[in-house]
Amino acid sequence: MATDALTLARLTVARGRDKSGRPEAGDVDFAPGQVTALLGPTGSGKSRFLADIESLADDDTPSGRRILLDGALPDPDRRFELQGRLVAQLTQNMNFVLDLGVERFITMHAESRQAADPAAVARQIIAAANALAGEPFAPDAQLTQLSGGQSRALMIADAALLSWSPVLLIDEIENAGVDKARALDLLVKSDKIVVIATHDPVLALSAHRRLIFEHGAVRTVRERSAAEKRLLTQLTEQEAEFSRLRERLRRGEDVDS
Amino acid sequence: MRLVTLAGPPACGKTSVLLRTCAALREAGVSCAVLKFDCLLTRDAEAYAAAGIPATAALAGGLCPDHFFATNLEEAFAWAQGTGAECCVIETAGLCNRCSPHLRGALALCVVDNLMGIDAPEKIGPMLRLADLVLVTKGDLVSQAEREVYRHRIRQMNNRAVIRHVNGLTGQGCRELAAVLSRAPQVETVTDMRLRFAMPAAVCSYCLSETRIGSRYQKGNVKKVKFGGPGAGQTEVVDGD
Ligand SMILES: Nc1nc2c(ncn2[C@@H]2O[C@H](COP(=O)(O)OP(=O)(O)OP(=O)(O)O)[C@@H](O)[C@H]2O)c(=O)[nH]1
Ligand SMILES: Nc1ncnc2c1ncn2[C@@H]1O[C@H](COP(=O)(O)OP(=O)(O)OP(=O)(O)O)[C@@H](O)[C@H]1O
Ligand SMILES: [Mg+2]
Ligand SMILES: [Mg+2]
Ligand SMILES: [Zn+2]
Repeated sequence: MATDALTLARLTVARGRDKSGRPEAGDVDFAPGQVTALLGPTGSGKSRFLADIESLADDDTPSGRRILLDGALPDPDRRFELQGRLVAQLTQNMNFVLDLGVERFITMHAESRQAADPAAVARQIIAAANALAGEPFAPDAQLTQLSGGQSRALMIADAALLSWSPVLLIDEIENAGVDKARALDLLVKSDKIVVIATHDPVLALSAHRRLIFEHGAVRTVRERSAAEKRLLTQLTEQEAEFSRLRERLRRGEDVDS
Repeated sequence: MRLVTLAGPPACGKTSVLLRTCAALREAGVSCAVLKFDCLLTRDAEAYAAAGIPATAALAGGLCPDHFFATNLEEAFAWAQGTGAECCVIETAGLCNRCSPHLRGALALCVVDNLMGIDAPEKIGPMLRLADLVLVTKGDLVSQAEREVYRHRIRQMNNRAVIRHVNGLTGQGCRELAAVLSRAPQVETVTDMRLRFAMPAAVCSYCLSETRIGSRYQKGNVKKVKFGGPGAGQTEVVDGD
């Protein structure tokens, strides 16, 4: 029996077809440590693309895509083995269901990963999650009592720092109630393949590259340019200004000066 | 005929997974027949029949469905042979968690879902501990962290089984499961096959319809508890006579 941890040097989405059956532009490769944003109008197929990766599609979804691992199509046994394990996914309808305190649960997770010091790992993850969440939670809070944003923050921190999955898929983190810039920071450092579907310009520019969707297929792939990186800095500052203003309004301060 | 036992707690997704798996088997040219053993009520046979899979259900009523299964296995097998199916799957929702329908020489599957609580793998007992393949469902509803911890717990209870994640709603993993079923052991006859786990003895006067409370009415296999024994929360069990 192999260990539960998995490694992957390259994931390829081999091209499928768009909603009218026309072939997609080309294959797309994903590498560890690389963050890719999926952009495109509502209904253009971003979530479908994520689902294709999650299910290790083998020409058995509407898009006809195939997922290759390290350049090869996994055989049926391998595919079965990886189902539910290769990919950690964060969607809006996911919640914690276990009746346990946060610290106890994360420690348990760290133990199952054979961490040298599970308690220390748990503290680190809880701190990371609290840095993402709006309102911090206590280590002994119940998992099921966390707010939507706190749950998402804990899921992101745990997936980035402790999960065995080399691939992390996120659908619309901007609506998750977490500090997206910090979340991105954490994910970039995690050395995972990260793919994010988003409508948010800051997130889009935070990614190393962007896939543009149209009519159910990838139309273009754009690497982030140096000028775009500068634009990101500018945008981030504007956003910070925006949140400072929101905070002051929330506290009932005067903002007319 | 290939023989498979499929056990798991109520509503964990056994039928959902098996429906999709049988469909994949049919595409591969392998026909299935399904028997469901349950206690009081089941609509599973209709669900299978609606999908064009020969199916029948047997209700144990007041008996344990797994005991009832063992008593009726020869007849069940004969029925499945009569359908001409190549693969016979027997679904049971072992209710007491102490019994298990798994047979030596047949493929033993256990289904558990991700929603049952962290101690569920420990509580489920022999139907999980003695399974060849453990299928975990409803991963779509929980976090990756929970899936991983849960899987670890299952591994601790059964370090021999293959553990796989499947989804009863989307059918993810069912095509691959079908390939496993199509390689299940061929069984000529079930007569003289052995259960993997001796069913717990449960014959006491209450098994025989006694309703009155009191030691004087209790005969047969009776265990008495000594409450408040040594150690907080500990109780000692002593065999009655
Ligand atoms: N979200 C989700 N729901 C599932 C999954 N698998 C099954 N279900 C749902 O769980 C419920 C019970 O599924 P069944 O397949 O009837 O369960 P069962 O184990 O056959 O139940 P009994 O035979 O009555 O013991 C249904 O509402 C299914 O749709 C899954 O992987 N994900
Ligand atoms: N290549 C394709 N072939 C056929 N159907 C497709 C294809 N791509 C996407 N679809 C279908 O189109 C619908 C809309 O796609 P999807 O939900 O992925 O859009 P989205 O980009 O995530 O939209 P939103 O921004 O609103 O979340 C879905 O039902 C999806 O299965
Ligand atoms: Mg979407
Ligand atoms: Mg059922
Ligand atoms: Zn029983």
